[in-house]
Order: sequence, then structure tokens, then C-alpha cells
Amino acid sequence: MIALRARARARIAPERSQYAAAGLLWALAAALVVFLALPLAAILGKALSGDDGHFAGLAQFVAIAGGERFWSAVSNSLAVSVTTTLIVLPLAYVFAAALTRTRMPAKPLFRALALIPLLAPSLLPGIALVYLFGNQGVLKGWFPDGSIYGFSGIVIAEVFFTFPHALMILVTALSVADARLYEAATALGAGRIRRFLTVTLPAARYGLISSALVVFTLVIVDFGAPKVIGGQYNVLAVEAYKQVIGQQNFPKGAVIGVLLLLPAVLGFVIDHLLQKRQRALLTARAQPLVVKPNVWVDGLGVLACTLIGAAMLLILGTAVAAAFIKLWPYNLTPTLAHFDFDNMDGGGWAAFFNSVKLALATALFGTLTVFGGAYLAEKTPVAPVARQLVRMLAILPMAVPGLVLGLGYIFFFNDPANPLHFLYGSMTVLVLCSIAHFYTTANLTATTALKQLDAEFEAVAASLKVPFWTTLWRVTLPVCLPAMLDIARFYFVSAMCTVSAVIFLYTPDTVLASVAVLNMDDAGDTAAAAAMATLIVAVSALVCLVFSLTAWWLGRKTQAWRTR
Amino acid sequence: MKLVNRLAFGLACVFAGSAFADTTLTVYTALEADQLKAYQQKFEEENPGIKIKWVRDSTGIITAKLLAEKANPQADVVMGVAASSLLVLEKEGMLQAYAPKGVDKLSKAYVDSANPPAWVGMDVWGATICFNTVEAAKLGLKKPESWHDLTRPEYKGKIVMPNPASSGTGYFDVSAWLKVFGEKDGWTYMDKLHDNIAQYTHSGSKPCKQAAAGEFPVGISFEYRAAKLKEGGAPIDLVFPKEGLGWDVEATAIMKGTRNADAAKKLADWSASRSANELYEKNFAIVAMPGVAKPNAHIPGNYEQLLIKQDLKWSATNRDKILAEWTKRYDAKSEPKK
Repeated sequence: MIALRARARARIAPERSQYAAAGLLWALAAALVVFLALPLAAILGKALSGDDGHFAGLAQFVAIAGGERFWSAVSNSLAVSVTTTLIVLPLAYVFAAALTRTRMPAKPLFRALALIPLLAPSLLPGIALVYLFGNQGVLKGWFPDGSIYGFSGIVIAEVFFTFPHALMILVTALSVADARLYEAATALGAGRIRRFLTVTLPAARYGLISSALVVFTLVIVDFGAPKVIGGQYNVLAVEAYKQVIGQQNFPKGAVIGVLLLLPAVLGFVIDHLLQKRQRALLTARAQPLVVKPNVWVDGLGVLACTLIGAAMLLILGTAVAAAFIKLWPYNLTPTLAHFDFDNMDGGGWAAFFNSVKLALATALFGTLTVFGGAYLAEKTPVAPVARQLVRMLAILPMAVPGLVLGLGYIFFFNDPANPLHFLYGSMTVLVLCSIAHFYTTANLTATTALKQLDAEFEAVAASLKVPFWTTLWRVTLPVCLPAMLDIARFYFVSAMCTVSAVIFLYTPDTVLASVAVLNMDDAGDTAAAAAMATLIVAVSALVCLVFSLTAWWLGRKTQAWRTR
Repeated sequence: MKLVNRLAFGLACVFAGSAFADTTLTVYTALEADQLKAYQQKFEEENPGIKIKWVRDSTGIITAKLLAEKANPQADVVMGVAASSLLVLEKEGMLQAYAPKGVDKLSKAYVDSANPPAWVGMDVWGATICFNTVEAAKLGLKKPESWHDLTRPEYKGKIVMPNPASSGTGYFDVSAWLKVFGEKDGWTYMDKLHDNIAQYTHSGSKPCKQAAAGEFPVGISFEYRAAKLKEGGAPIDLVFPKEGLGWDVEATAIMKGTRNADAAKKLADWSASRSANELYEKNFAIVAMPGVAKPNAHIPGNYEQLLIKQDLKWSATNRDKILAEWTKRYDAKSEPKK
């Protein structure tokens, strides 16, 4: 407080700090409108207009619904999404239960293994599956006659890709439990299975529904995996890509984009309603569940986690190995030739460095924007309208698939009448799109961290006439540093791996590594695609490591108060 | 004040610099990525002050992109794009006719017949089947000799070919079958072939790369990629089906309304020059300038005679119709093959 009071004499009128806060909040609200709401409005407008650009109502929807091709894509998309969800949920549940409800050893190791897919674009499992189960695959007998291309391949790749997302939700859901319920059930003579059905499952049901929705949405809007391993099995997301990139048929692409928005928005609404009810579930009198060691249960946990973790490693390992083999399966000499990206389609090494640049810029500016926005929205009493607007827009990206956002960006920024048209095709627009695309998760992290801080700090600062930035700099930032590092790491890795939004926005100068993976695979350079995907994983992993070390080191310097 | 002066001087330098900066030509192309570098290097070396910025994709996609940008063209020059596609652009009035220096030294067959020509050919690329001998031996597959051989039941699920909507190679395969077999029999042939096709790929190179890797033993592709992969040690044979090979001309044209007309003409001139043709020759058996091409170990000497007689104008006029029919028949069937 002495420090704050010293600053108070720094001759800055508190009104000025309030004005500044309000100004910043309005600026952020305006940015979110321009880079999120307006592109989405643009895609809706496009979907409602005819080929000549005039308003045509639902004509495009009617036209597209008349084709046999469209309905087969719809049913294929639903089939892979439902199947993947049905496979991922039990697997992720078992894994989450092993992590939270057993005393098995090596939990951090298993957790790390399970999170591997987060470091890779969804194209990587597709490529790995070609080498594992394709006609020349190591295990080709499992899927004879190239049957991996299509439904099976897409489902396996999507299971890999969505597993950590389901896992994280279920771990959260299972890590809170009321021990009293279990005691009561045991006292009433309920066996293990009965206890699971009457206590554990009902408590975890919101987590299960929520992860089912997340997995379903991720699969139905993903086109990376089906593009690589889908063969002739057409799904909606690939259809949208083909219409826009292949045929340059923008209205049709917009229509499919809007349709893909439906399941995402629906899932988002359901999830939101459920979360409201979830809060009432845990009462203040709940007793934390203490898990006792049990050789059988712990052993089963290790077994299940080992199997799932091994499958993750197998897929990643296959892609990495493919990157270093000269000509599979005829010439197994190790080589670096597939890293000679400059003589291949896809954009060369420039694509890789562009991706690193994009990821760094997104991490830096994304973290600053998100954290600043969350701070102003949570901790300052100014500009109530702007604050509500920011809060509302901040949750919107969760319901918007990258593909839809990317299309919206084309329609909005490529319009010559738009004063921001000059941004189109620049690296800046890719950074802005990535920040917007992953805004919700980052914002939730920031808000949660800020909520842990007592509002008293601001109240005292205000009464001492200290401007908000002093409190922010001296109190809030040091306390929230771990959360900020989390946000930066999340932004970096997401920007490194994303394909869906940026595929519509890159130019020859701003081509990205994940896009290069797709293009090299399209051109038949599968090994080179594997090499680029390997690089993406390597950089993501390295950055995660650096962030963890930084967090640990900074934690020792700034978070000592937590242990006291 | 000193600082202000220094800043002003710096700014002046920046502006002066940009006034003398290189002209950058935006060139849309469907050339293979491994060819672009050599062409760019040679051109920029011979034409200092002009830089090329490539926008590369498959023929169908580049064509669609150019058509979509008709109102506000982004490209200055189109280079290494199928003549059958450039003819579509010409019909839309998007090309600037120009007779490059020395165009009279090129084979008439590979240059637009109008005067001045709307497009000028660089080289010819034509159909070739890549046949993986190692996998064929394992599977007991006989080497095909004709297009009709490919419809035999033994090849079921063993053949890959490019999607004609995205790939120029795929399109000349389809248009050649329609030309050689006749419209009706051509589609009947493709119906039968479709039953044997495992995948339609995005690019014309991928089928041969997949054949080279043994992923699918038979890949319908083109001779440059095939010869290149065989040279690299892939266990493939090049098959030139006896009914005749579809082909197209890779050509250069200037976009109407380009803001860099002079530089664009320089590139068009270069693309018709001997030094450019000597580079094309490294990749292709037939180039626009007679007498430049040298024999390639993997491509027969009479390659030019194997090409079918074909009318590129017909290919261009019917492009939309043929692709719509093809897409309806084969692309909509998205069920995985049993």
C-alpha cells in the first residue's frame, strides 16, 4: 500500500485514468466487432445472395439442397462425427478416470502423452495412417485393399485429433467429487458398479455431454483429416473447401459454411445452458474425495493409459519416421531430402518461418489484447455498454468454426468497398484472424485468473486515487503471470497448427506451414508433408517446454506468496 | 533540429529507393514447383529490374481463380497454364494479344493461330501411365498397353487418376477419350474405368507419385513427372497407351489491363526465346521451338507421333460442359469403393 500511495502523488488525475480505461474498452469492443462480428455478418450476407451478388433469400440453400451430392456429404459428415464421438467418449472417460480416480503411477507422463495431438495439425494423423494402414502400410493387413481411405481413416484420425479436447473436459468434471455421496452409497450396500451408475456417472454427466458436443463440432468442421485420408468419401467441410478454392464458387461455400455453423452454435447453446445448472451441483459442504490405492484398479488404469498413450505415440512416431525415409517402402535409407521444401509445392521453408512469425505475433498481441480486455472488463467500473459488448463477443468464437471465420474474412476484407480492404492478403490479417479464432479459451483463462484476485485491490487503489495501470502493473500482472504464460502458449500452439481459417486467407507471401502440409500432400509429396508436420510438432513442443520452464522460473521469483 | 533533418533525409532516401525499385510481375502458373525456380532465375538474370512473384496451383484452380477475378484481375501474366484454359480466358476477353519477339521461330501448332496470338506455347505435356513393376509382380498384374486394358477387372481399385476439374492433366485425359472413342463410347469407357479407380487426386503429379510409392500400382499422369520419378529410382515403367495420348500446351499470355505491360511483354518475349526453350527442354520432350529438344532416356523418340490429333479450341469450348458431366457422374459418388 505504501507503494501505491507513493504513486498516488504522481499528479495523475483519476478521471484521466478512467477515461483511458473507457477508451481502451471501446477500442477493444470496436475491434471485436470489426474482426469477428462483421466477417460473420458478411458470410451470412453472402449465403443469402445470388451468383450476381444481389439478395436472393434462401435460393442458394434451396439450390444446394437439391443436389444428391450435398445430401451424401451431409450424411457422411454426420456419420463420421457421431462415430468419432462414440469412440472418443469412452476412451477419454477411462483415461480421465485413471488420472483422477486411481492412484496409478506416472500420471504426469500419461497426461503428457494424451496431450500430444494438441501439438499437431489434424493433417498429421491422416498422413500417419497412410503409412500405417495404406496399401504399403506397415499394418496394411488391418485395412485390406486401401479401405483405410474413407470412413475408417477419417474416424481414426479424428479420434486422435479430438481425444485431448474430450480428455481435458472430463478430467475437470471428474476431479471434483463429493466423498459423502460415496460413503452413503457404500453404507447403503451399493456395489462398485451400482456406485458408478448412481453416483459417478450422474455427477459427470455434464462433462460427458459437454465433451460430446465439443468432439462432434470439432469433427464436423474439420477438413484436414478427410482431405488427406478421406479418399472419395466426401464430407461437408471438404465440400466447402472445394467450392471456394477449387471452383471459386463463393456463395455456395458460404451456404455450406453457414450450415456448419448450425451444429456449432447449437452445441454451444446446449453447453451454456448445462453449465448454468452445473454450478448448483457442488455445495460448500461437499467433502473432497480421497482416492485409496487399489492394486487392481490402479493396474487397469496403467494398462488402459499405456494402450491409449502407445497409440498416440505410434501415430506421431509414424509421421516422424516417414519424414526421414527416402522412398517408403522401396528404399529405407535415412534422408533429409524431404526437408528440401524449396523444391516442392507448398511454399518452401518460407512457409515454416511464416508460421513461426504468425505464432509469435499471435501469442504476443493475442495475450496483450485478451488480458488487457479481460482486465478492463473485470476490474474497471467504466463504460458499462462496451464492457457488456466485449463480454458477449468474447464468447462468440467458441461457436464459430475456423472454416466459417476464414470464409467470413474473405467476404468481408476482400470487398474493394471495405476501407480495411488493404489488410487482405497481409500477415496482419492472419494474426488478427488467429487472435479472434481462439479468443474465447484465452479469455476464459484470463478471466478466471483475474477473478481470483480480490476486487479490494481496485477499490483501495481508487480511494487512494491511483490510476488503474499502476495497480495493474504492481499487483495484477505479477499475480496473473502464470495465466498469461498459459494464454501465450495456447495462442502460439494454436496458430502453429491451425489450417481451417487461414487456408482461405494466405497468399504466396504469407503461406503457412500447416497449409504447406496440405498442399504437399495434394501434390503427392506425402513424405515432405510428413516432414513439415514433424517440424510443426517439434516447434510446438519446444515452445511448450520453454514456456513451462519460464513459468517455473518466474513462479519461483513472483509466486512465492502462494506457498506461504 | 538535427534529428528532424536526419529523419527527412532518411525518408527521402526511402522514397527515392522505391522510385527505382524493381517491377514485380504477378505471374499465375500451373508449372510444377521444381521447375519454377530455374525459369525465374534465368529470366531475372536476363531481365534485371523485373522480379517474378508466382501464384501456383493446379490448372483447374488457377483457371477458376482467374475467372473469379475477372472484374479486378490480380495477375499480370499467365505462364505455364494449359492452352485449353487460356482459350477459355480469351473467349472471356481477358487476354492481351501480343506477338513476342521471335514468335515466328516456334512451331505453328503450339502457338495461337490469331495474329497477334493471344497465347504462345512453351512446351507440350501428355498422358503417361506410371506402372509400378514391383507391386504388379506381387499382385500378378499384367502391364497395360492400352487405355482399354485399364478397364479389366484385375485393375479394380488399383488405378488413380487426377480429377479433371482441378488438374489440367486430368482434363486432357478426359477430353482425349471423348475425342478418340467418340462422345458416347468415351463416357461408356469412363463409366467402366470409374469402377476400377481407387481415387481421383487433386493434382496430375500425385497419381504417378502414388504409383512410384506403390500405394496404388497404376497412376494416370504425365511424362515429365514419370520420367523424373523413374530417374530418381522409383520402380516404375512408363506406359504410352496405343490408342493415343491426350496432351495440352503449356502456354504464356498477358492479362488485359496489366499495370506492368512493358515488363509483361519482356516475360512473354523471354518465354518464346531460345534460352527459355532450352530450360523447357530439360523437363519436356516437346518444346515450342523446333530442334531444341534432346532425346530423353525414358521417353520414346517418336513421342510426338503418339499424341492424338486434337483440337484445343474444342477442348476449351466444351470445358464447362465436360467437367459438369464428369462431376455429376463420378465426383458425386462419394461412397467408398467396396
